[in-house]
Amino acid sequence: MQTKRTVFGSPVLPYLLVLPQLAITFVFFLWPAGQAVWQSFLREDPFGLKTSFVWFANYQKLFVDPQYLYSLQITAVFALSVAVLSIGSALVLAVAADRMIRLSQTYTTLLVWPYAVAPAVAGVMWWFMFNPTIGIMSYMLEMLGYDWNHSLNPTDAMILVVIAASWKQISYNFLFFLAGLQAIPASLNEAAAIDGAGPVKRFFTIVLPLLSPTTFFLAVVNMVYAMFDTFAVIHATTQGGPSGSTAILVYKVFQDGFIGLKLGSSAAQSVVLMVIVITLTVIQFRWVERHVEY
Amino acid sequence: MKKAIIAASLMLSVSAHAAIAATEIDWWHAMGGELGTKLEEIVAGYNAAQGDYVVKPVYKGSYAETMTSAIAAFRAGEQPAIVQVFEVGTGTMMAAKGAIYPVYQLMADTGADFDPNAFLPAVVGYYTDTEGHMLSMPFNSSTPIFYYNKNVFKAAGLDPEVAPKTWEEVEAFSNTIMETGAAKCGFTTGWISWVQLENFSAWHNQPIGTLENGFGGLDTELTVNGPAQVKHWENLKKWQDSGVFQYGGPGGGADAPPKFYAQECAMYMNSSASRAGVVANAKDFEVGYGMLPYYSDIEGAPQNSIIGGATLWVLQGHSDEDYKAVADFFSYLSSPEVQADWHQFSGYLPITQAAYELGQSQGYYEANPGSDVAIKQITLNAPTPNSKGLRFGNYVQIRDVIDEEFQNLLNGSKTAQGALDALVARGNDLIRDFQAANQ
Repeated sequence: MQTKRTVFGSPVLPYLLVLPQLAITFVFFLWPAGQAVWQSFLREDPFGLKTSFVWFANYQKLFVDPQYLYSLQITAVFALSVAVLSIGSALVLAVAADRMIRLSQTYTTLLVWPYAVAPAVAGVMWWFMFNPTIGIMSYMLEMLGYDWNHSLNPTDAMILVVIAASWKQISYNFLFFLAGLQAIPASLNEAAAIDGAGPVKRFFTIVLPLLSPTTFFLAVVNMVYAMFDTFAVIHATTQGGPSGSTAILVYKVFQDGFIGLKLGSSAAQSVVLMVIVITLTVIQFRWVERHVEY
Repeated sequence: MKKAIIAASLMLSVSAHAAIAATEIDWWHAMGGELGTKLEEIVAGYNAAQGDYVVKPVYKGSYAETMTSAIAAFRAGEQPAIVQVFEVGTGTMMAAKGAIYPVYQLMADTGADFDPNAFLPAVVGYYTDTEGHMLSMPFNSSTPIFYYNKNVFKAAGLDPEVAPKTWEEVEAFSNTIMETGAAKCGFTTGWISWVQLENFSAWHNQPIGTLENGFGGLDTELTVNGPAQVKHWENLKKWQDSGVFQYGGPGGGADAPPKFYAQECAMYMNSSASRAGVVANAKDFEVGYGMLPYYSDIEGAPQNSIIGGATLWVLQGHSDEDYKAVADFFSYLSSPEVQADWHQFSGYLPITQAAYELGQSQGYYEANPGSDVAIKQITLNAPTPNSKGLRFGNYVQIRDVIDEEFQNLLNGSKTAQGALDALVARGNDLIRDFQAANQ
């Protein structure tokens, strides 16, 4: 791709032009991030009256803390489950909507609605439906012979937060898949149909490979979503419980920092999260956006 | 129209001017709902009663949120003069020597009329330093008590006027209740940590931690994995399996009150401050009250229960004039009339002897059965080192650990001994962290 190159007469001017953006980046991103890194080397009492520099002690404690390692584990399980569930369901829905002739517009509009629901509200809604005492879903599960109790059973709790977090994201993924599907030239499908390939065969040999850039992009975006934007969902449903089984990394930062007032450890945890998100972004930019071939 | 606007703005500036004349102090609190309305009413009463000072109550959300925002404000130099902090935050506040203005000192410095002996020792003992100085101002203190459904007791053929005294009786009554079909479950409870571990230990005169439950210094360690606590948690697991006990959830146990209100569970343990809620929600049945149950074979039980709730801490960094306002306001808050009113409305304990006596002379306790159970229970015996309270750093997090390990017990991944051992080990780590940060 050819990009237009602008040549500036003065060497200062281009810097001046990007200065506002740089200032915003510095004040809102680099400065707080730097603060977090600095704080992660300190041991402080909550009021900041006694501060001592402890090098990597906060990190060392973190990586031998069984609770933190457990949190890392369940974050991986959670992020993967949310990505798989929301991408899978969105793909099925998008394919269905794409094949519809009548009402496809209405159908599409309706499917996008959940995205407009605030995460906390979505969380409360699912919490209601699965509430062991008053929930309709737990009532139905009980009739099927399953004793649902997400306030005690770690697996139930994980399933609940995965469903609540995925539900919203399906709409987002759906839009991307629908756009991706509509960008696939009809001629390819038609040619394959003439060659005798059925709908299922065509889906797996033509549509799915052609959608792979979209799928890879969504995989990264959904992982980032699950790891960083699901705080409200968890706060409204399980609050990290039972016994820490849904306290993903972001939630643990909140618990340790804001509830427990362990600022050093909480800062160290945010730095770890920062490293994870940087890695994911690099993967997305370097690998997914440039090198996905089909 | 224009004239009206000018008149209105004039009036605004006049009233703004009037407000500048009086010293204004902020009070950050965590009382939502009806308690919040009552609190604002008390403050309005104070502001109307005198013209020198204005107290501005600001609702900051939950206890944890209120404490966190006050600490954040302190770091930014924007702290309120008064902040309400829950009892588990006491260790953190006490250790922050440069941030707090101890109440006994404030009262002495401002020359306010203040007699520390007027306060109930069982309440203020929780908030005094080792020399007996009062560090914060008790405001809303409560203790867990026992509630039961008299109608269910009657239906099960039990005497509705007699509350079970021991855990053995709680079990036997529960079995009768469930066998006769009078209710689906025997009992539920709010606050596993506070009621079924901390108060359980104090009530049975068992230590919660070394060094007098942490009162003696930061070097303390938890000791709640003793045989009495293990036995109780084993029983709770057994009772949960047989349906005698239903778990109400972590923290305050949000699912517990509905179970009692809906007559699903016949008995219920929770804060004495839940009394107003119980009375309001027990529409179809009569409520009975009692003291917490104890195991008859554990020596020293029943001892006395310990308190929970919150106190008011004064923060450093304000002018002398502001502190005069605080001292004056505290004198007002602890006056017998204000105290008795707040105590009778909310179910929190009266903090002064005079407020308790005022209630007696008003005939309040006779007219409202159950309203004096709490005070009788905390004053049942003179507190021992095991039962005067607890003081550990990072206790907010230790409370979470207690909930987590209790859940491990209930979902079968740990035994009672295993869960309590893990709780003690994890809790001690947190206490060591706190010690390291505050030495």
